[in-house]
Amino acid sequence: MSLLAFFEQLAESSWSIELHESQYAYSVIESLHVWTLCLFFGTVALVDLRLLGWIMPGVPVSEFARRVLPWTIAGFIVMVISGTLLVYAIPVRTYQSIFFRGKMLLMVLAGLNVWLFHSRVYPSFAKWDGDAVPPRAVRVAGALSLVLWTSIIFSGRMIAYNWFDCDRQPQPAIINFLAGCTAADSGH
Amino acid sequence: MDLLPFFQWCYDTPVGDAIRNSNWLFAIIEAFHLVGLGILGGAVLIVDLRLLGVGLRKQPVAQLWAATQPWLLGSVILLFVSGIPLFLSEAIKCLYSFPFWVKMTSLLLVLLFTFTVRRRVVQTGAASERPLAGRLTAIISLSLWFGVAWGGRWIGYS
Repeated sequence: MSLLAFFEQLAESSWSIELHESQYAYSVIESLHVWTLCLFFGTVALVDLRLLGWIMPGVPVSEFARRVLPWTIAGFIVMVISGTLLVYAIPVRTYQSIFFRGKMLLMVLAGLNVWLFHSRVYPSFAKWDGDAVPPRAVRVAGALSLVLWTSIIFSGRMIAYNWFDCDRQPQPAIINFLAGCTAADSGH
Repeated sequence: MDLLPFFQWCYDTPVGDAIRNSNWLFAIIEAFHLVGLGILGGAVLIVDLRLLGVGLRKQPVAQLWAATQPWLLGSVILLFVSGIPLFLSEAIKCLYSFPFWVKMTSLLLVLLFTFTVRRRVVQTGAASERPLAGRLTAIISLSLWFGVAWGGRWIGYS
């Protein structure tokens, strides 16, 4: 089954239709997604700024990892659940949104950055834990994280706009290709 | 007091007009507004969570407050710089929007609260001597900020 067929099938499920047509459920979930940004991105930014050495130089990085990261993870869980429900409510249009696709790609990169940091960089923390300005590799991870998550916020916000939707033709061929619009959509 | 003439004037400003006539401007400015929201969230939460006894609880609350103050101010500036043009572009809608007034009232209250009562509680160490005062301060701060966030989000649905 192609991914498109999968999302088309999701769109036909009764829960998806009910979410889509509900008066308040969709707005409440979307709001929760935006509000949790304060918890998730807010704490990510604090940790990243500490990794860059721009904030609270007197507080060890491990202290941030122990006391702040659990809040980040809690925020992330809420983000993923609410975000999945938002996709579930509007499956096909979201799947064919270049901004959604860009966001997912950026999230993979952000995840890769987290994984590389925790597997390659963080294990040696005892050597630099108390440094006001941590070593270069640590700062690079912090900077990448800030740039990636900021880009994710931008691309996420743009999903709401229909500039490049498959049902708005004509679009440049590259857009139709990236969005995965079918020949029927683009009128060929 | 008739606010319509003032809101009409806001709506008619070149900035408001330019945003309405652009496909992209509103969306881009809104994304900056969201980034500001996130940074503000981090700066507010790290202090309020500490007042509630969680998060970076080994550090004195005054130290957390001092360290996050520039980021709090910076994000508030970013939120104003992005929020005012968004408002100008749909000032008339805002005038008749209940969530807009909830947001503005909460915003005024929370800014006053943050830079008077909360600042005193955090700086004078009242929080460490009387944990209840600290907790109450955090709850009021978070509730008022939530009023701002609720109103802000709901302007878009009205």
